[in-house]
Amino acid sequence: MENDSTYGRVLHLPRRIASSQQSGPHPAALPSLTDMLTPIPSDPSATGFLLASLSEITGPILWVQDHASRRENGFVYTPGLTRFGICHPILQVHVSHARDVLWAMEEGAACAGLSAVVGEVHGAPAVLDFTATKRLAMRADVSGVPVFLLRSSDPGVLSAARDRWRVTSLPAQPHPHDARAPGAAQWDVDLFRARGRAPGRWVASYEPDHARAADRLRLVSRPDAGPMDARDQPIPERSKR
Amino acid sequence: MRVISQYRSVPNDDVPVVLSRDGPHGPVVQCANTAAANRGIQPRDRIVDAQAIHPDLHVEAADLEGDQILMQRLVHWARRWCPWTAQDGADGLFLDITGAAHLFGGEAQMLRDIVQRFAMQGLTAKVALAPTAGAAQALARYSPHTAICHQSTVAAHLAALPVQALRSDAQTNRLLTRLGLKTIGALEAVPRQALMRRFSHMAADLNPLILLDKAMGKTPDPLNAPADHITFTVRSRLPEPVIDPIPHLKGLVDDLCATLATAEQGARQLLLTIYRIDSECRSVSVVFAKASRDPAHVLRLFDGKLDGIDPGFGFDLLTLEATRVEPVSLVQDRLDGTRDTQTDIAGLLDRLTARLGQDRITWSSWTQTHKPERVEGRIPALQGGPSPALLVCHERPIRMLKPAEEVHVIYAVPEGPPSQFRWRRVVYKTTRHAGPERIAPEWWRDKPGTRLRDYYKVEVQDGRRFWLYREGLLHDGRGDDPRWFVHGFFA
Repeated sequence: MENDSTYGRVLHLPRRIASSQQSGPHPAALPSLTDMLTPIPSDPSATGFLLASLSEITGPILWVQDHASRRENGFVYTPGLTRFGICHPILQVHVSHARDVLWAMEEGAACAGLSAVVGEVHGAPAVLDFTATKRLAMRADVSGVPVFLLRSSDPGVLSAARDRWRVTSLPAQPHPHDARAPGAAQWDVDLFRARGRAPGRWVASYEPDHARAADRLRLVSRPDAGPMDARDQPIPERSKR
Repeated sequence: MRVISQYRSVPNDDVPVVLSRDGPHGPVVQCANTAAANRGIQPRDRIVDAQAIHPDLHVEAADLEGDQILMQRLVHWARRWCPWTAQDGADGLFLDITGAAHLFGGEAQMLRDIVQRFAMQGLTAKVALAPTAGAAQALARYSPHTAICHQSTVAAHLAALPVQALRSDAQTNRLLTRLGLKTIGALEAVPRQALMRRFSHMAADLNPLILLDKAMGKTPDPLNAPADHITFTVRSRLPEPVIDPIPHLKGLVDDLCATLATAEQGARQLLLTIYRIDSECRSVSVVFAKASRDPAHVLRLFDGKLDGIDPGFGFDLLTLEATRVEPVSLVQDRLDGTRDTQTDIAGLLDRLTARLGQDRITWSSWTQTHKPERVEGRIPALQGGPSPALLVCHERPIRMLKPAEEVHVIYAVPEGPPSQFRWRRVVYKTTRHAGPERIAPEWWRDKPGTRLRDYYKVEVQDGRRFWLYREGLLHDGRGDDPRWFVHGFFA
């Protein structure tokens, strides 16, 4: 009976270890300077992903917007943020030029009382070059305040950010009670440059019901995320009959 | 000395004018000008009576608080003549000029100077000089001419004045008049024991005998002068005019912060003024979220603010003044070595505001309303602190457009959101939607004719989720066919 059939045999498929377990910290742990790019304008996915990774914060946020990004992407609406567990006040700064955004972010990055500094720039202004981002990153390294640069409709120019993400929207998960309605949001997040860990691409979603704040941002590997790693392990065999 | 409220246009001397204040039974005369007084109008007369007798009477409301503030300023201004000045009643000033008269060329010359300087401010001063405060005020108010008396002549000067000049209460004055003691001289001539028994039960500040002793200098009557205002101003005089204020700023700021530290104060507002050689001045002001006297912080606030200052042909004097100060005690680090992060945020607010302007740095403020765009307002960060967010039950977008942008409907369906629409020149196809959530206009706030809104959460084919709304209903009698707007974006 054992020899004539493959019935009951478990196929030994290799299983990829999620990239999040390959390196020490959580992929969305907060390094000093993080770039979040959205290729198309007025795409709120980067904001959503950013807010999801900020849900553990313990103090006010400084949010700096230039005029173009405010016109293209709108302003941050605080009543919508409570779903992401952000109940700390947001100090909004509205400036007209990207140069002032960088200056205000630098001032904020030096202030230890803030829990995060977010700057929004639309397009690729000339002042936002490699030197400017390097300056920001070093300022953030010193103070330990996480700094985020949201760049909408960005062509992907050079940047000294420690982590660089490219975020796009994905169709939402199905709604548990209404088949015609969109459910919880999903984003396609692509970590295409990272310091100290491997880049990767995931489908991210936010689950507000988790007890631990660190578990609420859920990252699932995409099926088309590249070749197998040498350390990928086969699925452990079930108990043999 | 009589304080006259500032008129909008000063009337002529022959126009009878009175100032009125509220009395227990309607308005009464607070004071009258010379023309009105000549017609027999007295303070504390009823305004209606005076108007009935004199139909051409001008009545103005008296500004008692304003007068009081002016008097307090005059008390300090009068210290140009002597170091000790105090207010006397509602309309008088005491100046203790002991040892100061020779600086102005003698006593008579000084009194002339005082009258002249008050006249330059539009105020009429009646002055008198006497060895005691009581005698000086009695002579100033009741003497027909400017009196200068000394210790030997004070009794002679006071003898002719009525007993009201001692400023006892009205009942005592009436009693003294009934007794036939109409002048101070008559009061002094009566044997003391006879009067002492009668007035022994009276308080010291109303007892006419004690008041008389004070006026004569037999009882000490010290002057209680209020303390000087402390102004925190530092200045730097330059030997020759310069164009650039920045190199001189550090010294000024260090000096001012040292002064503030000595007085245990911190500045909330600073004013830097440059005095140009063409007799003009320019000033720059910085504001603080929290009182501070840290020189490095103050210097950083002036970064870039002095570029816009116009030095003209140069300036030779700079002053830095703390226009608003608050007490600040010494700030100490915590025991575990960490610093108070609240101070850091206040410093950040200062720097951002100094460079970008007050309206650009804002906290959220909250309004109880259903309209999504009205729920969250913005207040400048220096004017108010953050307030806790209102609880909103429904799902709300994370980004909002202000104002909402109209979408062009390509393919409408009878129920629900459009199945195809164009927004910012891109065509979107609806895949899923949730809603509607109807938000009715708030009749107590909105204009009449405002239409209701039906909000939908709409997912389009590339995965973005919009917050669309339809303004109004078909055939609701408030305009044409309803239009569609995109108001925000969900995560």
